[in-house]
Parts: sequence; C-alpha cells; structure tokens
Amino acid sequence: MTFTLNAALHVRNFDVSLTLGPAETVAVLGPNGAGKSTLLGIIAGLLRPDSGHAVLGQKTLFNLDGGNSHFLPPHTRGTALLAQEPLLFPHMSVLENVAFGPRAAGANRASALQTSRHWLAEVEAAEFADRRPGQLSGGQAQRVAIARALATDPELLLLDEPMAALDIHAAPMLRRLLKRVLANRRAIIITHDVLDALMLADRAVVLESGRITEEGPTRAVLEKPRSKFAAGLAGMNLLPGTITGRGLTSDGGLDITAHPEDGAVPGQDGVAVFSPTAVSVFLSAEHGSPRNSFAVTITDLEPHGDQIRVHAGGLSADITPAASADLGLTPGMTVYFVIKATAIAVYPA
Amino acid sequence: MRPVSAPRSKAGTARKTNRRDTGYTGVPPWVFALAAAGTLFVLLPLAAMVAKVNWGQFIPLITSESSLTALGLSLRTSAASTVLCIVLGVPLALVLARASFPGQRLLRAFVLLPLVLPPVVGGIALLYTFGRQGMLGRSIELAGIQIAFSTTAVILAQTFVALPFLVVSLEGALRTAGTKYEAVAATLGARPTTVLRRVSIPLVLPGLASGAVLSFARCLGEFGATLTFAGSLQGVTRTLPLEIYLQRETDADAAVALSLVLVAVAVAVVGLSYRRPRALAAEAGTG
Repeated sequence: MTFTLNAALHVRNFDVSLTLGPAETVAVLGPNGAGKSTLLGIIAGLLRPDSGHAVLGQKTLFNLDGGNSHFLPPHTRGTALLAQEPLLFPHMSVLENVAFGPRAAGANRASALQTSRHWLAEVEAAEFADRRPGQLSGGQAQRVAIARALATDPELLLLDEPMAALDIHAAPMLRRLLKRVLANRRAIIITHDVLDALMLADRAVVLESGRITEEGPTRAVLEKPRSKFAAGLAGMNLLPGTITGRGLTSDGGLDITAHPEDGAVPGQDGVAVFSPTAVSVFLSAEHGSPRNSFAVTITDLEPHGDQIRVHAGGLSADITPAASADLGLTPGMTVYFVIKATAIAVYPA
Repeated sequence: MRPVSAPRSKAGTARKTNRRDTGYTGVPPWVFALAAAGTLFVLLPLAAMVAKVNWGQFIPLITSESSLTALGLSLRTSAASTVLCIVLGVPLALVLARASFPGQRLLRAFVLLPLVLPPVVGGIALLYTFGRQGMLGRSIELAGIQIAFSTTAVILAQTFVALPFLVVSLEGALRTAGTKYEAVAATLGARPTTVLRRVSIPLVLPGLASGAVLSFARCLGEFGATLTFAGSLQGVTRTLPLEIYLQRETDADAAVALSLVLVAVAVAVVGLSYRRPRALAAEAGTG
C-alpha cells in the first residue's frame, strides 16, 4: 500500500521520482519556483505530466509511459489538496463546507453533516459550524479547511504551505493540530519552515529546479545537509567541491583545511559545512594553522537574533554588534573570514 | 475573491468612510460639467416624453385591449427568451471562460456579433435560417412546425439579440471567480457536474443574475429583428415596442403612454439588476 510517483513535465523543467510508505509524512522543501506546487498539482490531477506513472495503493493515478495515456481525473484520486489559502466555499456555511466531500462521495445529507461535525470537533472548530467563511479569521478558516480535506478520508493528503498565509499567532496552534491529525496518515507537506519539517514529517525531500537534490530523514537532512538549500534551512554555510587528502577544494577554488569524514575518498564530490557562528571576521589575513582564511567582499549586513550576520562571498558569519562596530564593517569592504579546521565538516555529497 | 479574515462589511465600511473623509476624488471639474451634459442628454428626452403624456387618458390608454395584449406578450416572450438565453448562454460562457481551444477568440467574436449588428440584419438572418424557405426552416416545416411569423419567432429574435448580454457578463464573472475553488472541489471528490452545480454557478450567481436581467431588458426593447422575422400580428407577435410604433401613426397619446410603461418596466429591471448583484455578492462574500 505505498505511493509511488515518477513524473516529468518539460515546460516546467520538472522531473521527480518519489515513494511514500502507508503512513508516512514527507516534507518537501525548496526555493520558490523549484516545482513544489507542480509536484502537488501532478499528484492531485490538476496538472498533466508529459510522461511518468503514479500508483496510490491499488489505484493507478496515471500512466503515461510507453504509449499509455491513462490519467484519472482529480475527483477519483482520493488526494485532497489543502492550499495556502483555505479556499472555503464562500456561499456555504462552515458545516456545509466540511460536508462537501462526503456529499460528493455519495453520502446522504444527514450522514455527511454528521461526518462534518465530527471533523469540525476534531480541529476544535465545532463552534463555527453555522458561520459563513467570511466571518472566520485566517487561522480558523484554515482549521476548517483541514477538517474539510480530512472529511473526504483521503488516501494521500497534499498540503501546500498550509501555514504560509497565517499570522505568527495562528501558526503554532495549526502546527500542533496538523501534528495530531497527520499521525498515522499519508501526507506530503510543502513548507518553507524547518520547524514544520521537523515536527510534522518523517522524511524530508529537497526540491531544486524541478529535481530532488536531497532526501532522507528530516533530522539527517538538516544535520548533514548536502545541498545549498538544505544548508540554508539548517542555518549553515555550505561549499560544494571535491574532497582532497587534507579537506576539500571548493568549486570556487578555495582550499579548505578540515578532516574529511571517515570513508570519504579524495577525488569524490563533497561538501564543506560550517556554522556562521564558527566564522571570525578579520580585516587582515590571519595565518595560524590549522585555520582557513578567505578574502571575501561584504555584500550585506543584517541583524540576526542578538548578533550581526555578515553576508560575503556566498557565506555568512555571525558576530557581535560590538565587534561589527569595532571593525567598522560596511557592504563593499573586503574582509577575511577565518574558520578553525575543526569547526568544518567535510563529507561526500 | 478569497475570504478575508476581517468580516467583509467592516472592510467595506472602512473603505467608504475613508473616501468620504479625504474628500479628494481626483476628478477635474470640467469632467463633472461634461458628465452633467451626459446626464441631461439621457434624462431630457425622457422628461420631454413624460411632459407629452395625456394624464387624463393615461389609464384607459394603457389598459386598452391591444395595449394589454402587447404588454402581456412582451413580458411572456421576454421571460421565455431569458430562460433560453440562460440555457444557451451559461454553457457558452463556461466554454469561453474555462476551456481553451483553437478558434476560441473567433467564437467569442461571433457570439458577441448581435451586440453590434443592426437588429434588422439579425431578423433577416433568422428569416433565412428558420423561415419557410430558410436553411433549417424547410426541414422544420416538413415536421409540421412553422416558426416564422409566430410567437416562437419573437422568442428566437429576442434571444438572438439578448444572448451576448448574458454571455459577456457571465464570462466576466467566471474569469473573476477563477478556477481555484473548482480545483479544490475536484480534489475533494466532486465530479465536474457537481462542481458546476454546487461551486461554479453559485459563485457567479450575481453575474448570472445581472446578465439575465440585462438580457430580459434587451428582449423587452427588441424591435427590428422581431418585426423582420416575426412580423406584427396582434396577440401573436406584436410586442409592446411594435405596438408603440404602430400606435404612433394613429394615436400619438397612446404611443406616449405605452412608452412610459416600457420606461417604467425598464427602470424597474435595471434597478433590480443593480441592487441584486450587490446583495448577493455580500451574502456570498465575493467581490
């Protein structure tokens, strides 16, 4: 009873293979325009890929390989989609909205309303049953939208950044709610938020430019990122390159001194990963082995918690405001980023 | 279109108050002068007509047998035409707004043609289609049905000229509503017919209502196509505009009185179309 997907859509430069276990929740992370919504559109049947096939349990969602043109329409797929906006039908009451799915599936009015009440209670929105969607706050409406999706008993629940449009006060409650309802349920959740991925998903997939660039248990992806995007999510600096005997030569030509992880073979593709807090900033080159010192030009300075984050040469460093003031840092300045060899992790990509 | 967190009415009031408070409209004064001229241009002829009404004879004139027959026929045929406009126009608007196929722009242009076509030309075209010697008329007549110069012809002529009004306003409403709600409904397991019935149509109900009202008004005023295609037989094809035109030759007072009736009906219809959509929109929570 797994879900397997293999789909390509050339106009969007999209080519993805993905498998989900029976009760697995996968977080899809990636920059804007990476194809995350395309992925959900293809699974839900709102977009038709050029080629590929997808199977959900016993059901073949589509098979467009080898001259086949089997393509199930969205309403027969059992893949409810929850978008950023709740998109509650404005002309129906909250109760009728949640009863919509069961009604469409052929349930009679009474039992559909009963199902609706059950799921409204489940998302702690029972008291809104008789309201119109226009009378709900964003967080309340999104809870109702979750109830509406769950009321169809979907075999696969698709969530497209369900918390992105909510204010910061509504998000934590919704996240708790999703954690509860997603347990023992198969779901794919698109998110920009590391916390969502950690809390809600068993596994994380990083999608970049229409391809999966990284995939694994959420913790592992964040602790040992292999892609620039995952490193950014985890708040780490990442330099891709080639592993050498004494560290790594980055694609940009920097020689990095560090201890490659056991099992890393020189000549292999690898990444050097280090935290911005491990970077010291100097105005002149420092040469005390075993240290790494790179001349970089500051592009931006921004507050980051109680630190100042210095962006330079595609890397970032966190220093104290006092240090920043002492050094007189301004964008355009050339400075030296210095990192201890022991603070850099080098492992195969 | 998307439901907002704040209740609609509150947002609406805020906007209105704001406009009143600032008082700045950005409209140059001479525009107001021209707008006043435009208003006069529309109202003055109506006033001139009202001034001509023979009030002493007004009630007898509009309750004469021929007048009542014409009014009844107009209302009945306009209602039937509006129903036909909805039956044919809703699918047309859906296809134009939602589907994409080669020749779609051309189809839209042709559907809208009666808007700019002189009604007489429409009448002639209908005559050569459904008339006794027409393209379809011959086969229809074999089945024992004659359309030209019957009440059916009146309904067809009115539908022909009024259909674009419904299609235009409904297509606009459908495009504004977008496809997001429909996509969600489909992923919730609703088949296309269910989506249409329970989501698409209810969401564009204000647009459909105003389109239907406009179509009805256009039907009510239809003259040229009706006269050409249906003729002017009392009780069968002589609608109110035709009756007015006829009376004008013999009894000017009757023509003016009946014109006023038509104006009153038109004003009522237009008033309805401007109030209903907004009330419906507020209820549906859509813009």
